[in-house]
Amino acid sequence: MIDWLKAAAFVFVAAILQVSVFSGVKILHGTPDLLLVAIICVALLRGPIVGAAIGFWGGLLVDTANLGTLGVTSLLLTVAGYWIGRYGETNGRDRSHAPFVSVVVITFLYALGSLAFHYVLGDPAPAREVLWSTLFQAMALNLILTWPVYALARILLPAPTRRERVVHAVG
Amino acid sequence: MAAIGSSAQRSTSTPSVRANAVMRRRLVVGILCVLSLALVTVYFRESDSGFLHGLQSTGASVLRPFEVAADRVASPFEDASSWFGGLLHAKSDNKKLRKEVDELRAQQIVNLAALRENQQLKQQLKYLESPRYPQDYRPVVARVIARAPSQFAQQIVVSAGKNQGISKHDAVVTAEGLVGEVTKVASNVAQVTLLSDDSGAVSVLDIKTNASGIAQQGISNSLTVDQVTKDQVVNRGDVLVTAGWRSGDLSSLYPRGIQVCQVTQVGQSDTDLYKQIQCDPFVHFSTLEAVIVLVRKAGSK
Repeated sequence: MIDWLKAAAFVFVAAILQVSVFSGVKILHGTPDLLLVAIICVALLRGPIVGAAIGFWGGLLVDTANLGTLGVTSLLLTVAGYWIGRYGETNGRDRSHAPFVSVVVITFLYALGSLAFHYVLGDPAPAREVLWSTLFQAMALNLILTWPVYALARILLPAPTRRERVVHAVG
Repeated sequence: MAAIGSSAQRSTSTPSVRANAVMRRRLVVGILCVLSLALVTVYFRESDSGFLHGLQSTGASVLRPFEVAADRVASPFEDASSWFGGLLHAKSDNKKLRKEVDELRAQQIVNLAALRENQQLKQQLKYLESPRYPQDYRPVVARVIARAPSQFAQQIVVSAGKNQGISKHDAVVTAEGLVGEVTKVASNVAQVTLLSDDSGAVSVLDIKTNASGIAQQGISNSLTVDQVTKDQVVNRGDVLVTAGWRSGDLSSLYPRGIQVCQVTQVGQSDTDLYKQIQCDPFVHFSTLEAVIVLVRKAGSK
């Protein structure tokens, strides 16, 4: 329960910072996505169910704060959290490069998915802007954020010991 | 709550436990995805006063203090960041602004030149519509495009020629007065010899006293009026205009009544046959930018 609360609070802070601070940061036309990085880090550490749940939660917060279409960001971040959770669970968690690889891949897929979703909904979907003019800068900025965010996530949500994992798995 | 520890290693779990975990996580993600899609659908279909919109509005109000707090906490860092960013960009900004200043300066010069040209053309237009303009002539307004490179030849080249109906010996004027005559004509340009050239001369008439003479190049920028007999009266300050004489089939090159110069000095001696008169031309030959070539209308004598 504590772990759930910590993860939810972590994502809540990330979402608030994202909508109030990071969304306005433009470095070389790119904008860092703290929330995405935070969800990836938590999902890597805690698996697909937690990843999907906090993805949903984070998306809901962002859509609420921005008065956007409820459910759009939730859906994208749910899927992102689930995938990264699975990656962490199967073989990625103990690898040092896992968070960085995850951030690069998910930043790209998130941009693609977001573009497709907005296109389907009839919103403005500037493909060139999203996939070319700003994507690489956003990837680089997210990579820069990954190290401190992952370190903080590991402090807040320490990896369960082998014994704990076995106990939880067996029930 | 056990879900949080569902990241069990495959090697440590039995097949049934693993199947349960798979089922559970698929169920959770499926429910969340369906919930998201339901939210999107309902949000789209309902009006602005609908339940989800109201909920969102309330949620946004709840989140607002957090956002404001985060913004306040982050603002010193943002200020510092933008200050450093400004420093980093200062050099390139400086270069860009200098380039912009150069461009604007060039543009200003072009604009000033255009303004001056516009003023001159307006003056010409005023002259063309005034009663001073000789009626038997068609005006061809032309720009001065070249000047004689040496000070010995007082000539200019204008941007109109045969194609505009200009022919040799046509009179050239401005609103101020007589400029000279066309001495060479090409298709689209013509050479004009100024009145200040030593080869130029024009019959003039004092409009007050009707005294006549011939004006030609004098000392410095002034003109000398010759052939004025002592019995004629010419006073200082009198305006001399073209005489426009006619004698049988012969006629002056210049139409009558075009301002030429203003008398500045009048003198006479017992030994000379004629008066010695100096006058200042109305036209500033060195600053000409546009002129009017007087082309005789077809049928006029």
